[in-house]
Amino acid sequence: MDYLLIQVLNGVQLGLLMFLLAAGLTLTFGIMDLVNLAHGSLYMMGAYFAWTLIGWTNSFVLGALLALPACFLLGVIVEIVVARRLYARDHLDQVLATFGLILFFNELVRAIWGPEGRSIAVPAFLNRTVNILPGVPYPAYRFALIVVGTIVAILLAWLVARTRVGMLIRAGASNRRMIAALGVNIELLFSLVFGLGAVFAGLAGLMAAPIASVKIGMGDDILIVAFVIIVIGGIGSIKGAFVAAMVVGQIDIVGRAFLPDFLKTFMGAASASAAAPAISQVLIYIVMAAVLVWRPTGLFGQRT
Amino acid sequence: MAGLLSALRTPRGIVTVFLLLVLAVLPLLTQAFDQRYLLSVSTRIVIWSIAAVSLNVILGYGGLVSFGHAAFLGIGGYAVGILSAEGFESGWLQWPVAILVAVVWATLIGALSLRTRGVYFIMITLAFAQLVYYLSSGLAAYGGDDGLNISRSRFPGLIDLRDKAAFYWLCFVLLCGTLWFCSRLVHSRFGYVLRGAKSNELRMTALGFPVFRYRLVAFALAGAFGALAGILLANDGAYISPAMMSWVKSGDLIVIVVLGGIGALFGPLYGAVAFFVVEEFLPPLLDLLHRGWGEYWQIVFGPLLVMIALYARGGIDSLLGRRRD
Amino acid sequence: MHAAESIHFWVVAVTEPLLQADALVKRFGGLLATDNVAINVMAGEIHALIGPNGAGKTTLVGQLTGNLRPDSGTIRFAGRDVTRLPIHARVQLGLARSFQITSVLREFTTLDNAALAVQAHDGHSFRFLADARCDGRLRDLALRNLETVGLGPRAHTLASALSHGEQRQLEIAMALAGAPKLLLLDEPMAGMGADESRRLVALLRGLKERCGMLLIEHDMDAVFALADRITVLVYGRAIASGTPDQIRSNAEVRQAYLGEGVL
Repeated sequence: MDYLLIQVLNGVQLGLLMFLLAAGLTLTFGIMDLVNLAHGSLYMMGAYFAWTLIGWTNSFVLGALLALPACFLLGVIVEIVVARRLYARDHLDQVLATFGLILFFNELVRAIWGPEGRSIAVPAFLNRTVNILPGVPYPAYRFALIVVGTIVAILLAWLVARTRVGMLIRAGASNRRMIAALGVNIELLFSLVFGLGAVFAGLAGLMAAPIASVKIGMGDDILIVAFVIIVIGGIGSIKGAFVAAMVVGQIDIVGRAFLPDFLKTFMGAASASAAAPAISQVLIYIVMAAVLVWRPTGLFGQRT
Repeated sequence: MAGLLSALRTPRGIVTVFLLLVLAVLPLLTQAFDQRYLLSVSTRIVIWSIAAVSLNVILGYGGLVSFGHAAFLGIGGYAVGILSAEGFESGWLQWPVAILVAVVWATLIGALSLRTRGVYFIMITLAFAQLVYYLSSGLAAYGGDDGLNISRSRFPGLIDLRDKAAFYWLCFVLLCGTLWFCSRLVHSRFGYVLRGAKSNELRMTALGFPVFRYRLVAFALAGAFGALAGILLANDGAYISPAMMSWVKSGDLIVIVVLGGIGALFGPLYGAVAFFVVEEFLPPLLDLLHRGWGEYWQIVFGPLLVMIALYARGGIDSLLGRRRD
Repeated sequence: MHAAESIHFWVVAVTEPLLQADALVKRFGGLLATDNVAINVMAGEIHALIGPNGAGKTTLVGQLTGNLRPDSGTIRFAGRDVTRLPIHARVQLGLARSFQITSVLREFTTLDNAALAVQAHDGHSFRFLADARCDGRLRDLALRNLETVGLGPRAHTLASALSHGEQRQLEIAMALAGAPKLLLLDEPMAGMGADESRRLVALLRGLKERCGMLLIEHDMDAVFALADRITVLVYGRAIASGTPDQIRSNAEVRQAYLGEGVL
């Protein structure tokens, strides 16, 4: 029972990380109608910025806090130099251009930080366990991730649902021309949204770094999962992204944690532990296919 | 002959004929100049051209941005590899089975994917490709993540695929066959329906075409030729691995098609040649500018793709003058 | 016995309208876009559907063509219940339409457009190798349809290069391809100059012998010049139906159009 609780928490934690990544993606998708494959590169850059800045400041928190504005700046630069030229283009152009950006960023990282992976240590004050229930210890760092992830998710929900910027964001998703008619500087709004997405992506990247590792292309595969999440949730919907991220997080963790034992009942132990991660990944895609067959524009997507 | 002569009157015709002629006699050239490496690069160019031509059918003519085409290559390759590992080495068995599996899979996922539009279509094709990718990496018995060395398909008495030159020519002949098929397809009744649906889907439906069915068949056809490329790829290296269908490979295929000129018959061929020429020659070129820069050639190649997407939609094909259609 | 049956059948065949829609209802949320509408078109007849903007004409046409599924009611066409048939199946039965917004295939030539329309009615198109451009069956008939609408000389022009009026003519040539029993014309005169409109009126009058037409049109001159019967739709309801003279003198219709000054 305790084991189950811990795995569920791990799923929540993964889901929140995925939500951070997917939120920026679904905003740029929904508002600017941009397929941004390079979003995973911003995730990676967040981790590398943090690695460097933590090295300089000797403090995890300070380094992480400094990495966020760096991500914002990078996002705005990418928006001004490349992304804004792509909004009005068809999806194929967007795929091609942002695919080019991935190659660029991966190689840039290799040139600057070198080909070998880096690692960020769990900060000392979180390098312990907390008792989530009496007698059930849980790593404090992962618990902190859940707390930060939840706070950011609430902030984002508040931003989109309650603020003027959020109103513009929601209006933008449905009616771009109307915002322009309201006299809002739409270029600035788009730059800000893109930068905000970059901050979330970078935050996800640097928070994941102590658990995974900092390496080239770290954002590429996770980006695909983020895409799956926003497709399941419905493109442009923050709520959909959140629900889908939670579902995907649970599937992944449950798959990894429980499938090997289940598979061992009818195949060898070695094959079972090799097949389990693959199958839990496969499950995610099967869920997505099922959702799209049921609702071709996702759970919370706008029906056309 | 008359057709060939009239083709030679346009820059496009001259380039295409010259390219095909060079590819046709390439093994003789590489033998004469003792450039074995060049032959292996050219073999890959020809195989990836076949894959790109097959993607062009749905992407170029059908207007469907499929972001999972490498999966069909993988299916073709794994069908050959698994059969070969199980002791069925005859190409007469392996190749049809591989293509059949790909067609069945394409039909299945096409039936699901083609219900969606736009971004959803891009993402669902990508996701299905990832599904195949993870399935293959979970096949511990066939190498899992590491891949598997296989023995090449056997066509006793006909051709020995271990002979590099013979294998190259086989690939080249199959490329020519694929191109011929596509050249017929574009202007066939089927091709008109496919291109019409790209131009205006609603109109085609109102005319009475069940567009979905035609797209599905196009998807399956593209899958079949994609699998053919995968079969050749597996035989080229006598090796299969999940890497041959990673999503980056699907991205590369889109790059090749767009680079060459989307919807142009020979575009995929130009694109593949350009892609591999850049991959092979950009690094040494950069090294000439500054020792050590060559290693980071993608820093140049990435922005190049951005520029192509932004400013050169017609790709190489459009540099060769207006298309007559 | 046999004779009686066949006479009975013959009677049904001539009296049953080509298109018969009954008790159609379509709601969008709280809006009742089609409110218990019945409409029919006889063979060889031009039946015009008029009404102010937002009256639900397009919604009604959508249900007839199969783009929309009515919430209740039935649609019979050529003696069959087509209420649940998809668009392409209705087209195959002989129900052709032209669009409110011109929608030819812009990247293709005029002849290609017309030929594709013919192809749509010439069996399946799963033919992968033969060159459709050399296919006499498609091209001859397509050319004849283009000549019928007066586009013969423009056959090899790209559709995107045609004038607005010419694109509408092409639309009609495409609709003719399947030798349709019924043409649904959704505002064919929209955006046309007086000269172009006059030519189109003459063209449609000439086509009346070939097929029945349901004409949705704002141009009242064209409607009263062409229509055998007129149905007036207001707020989703058919408030009147009859000959042009009856409609002209109908008080309720005059009320609905009051202020517009068109009648």
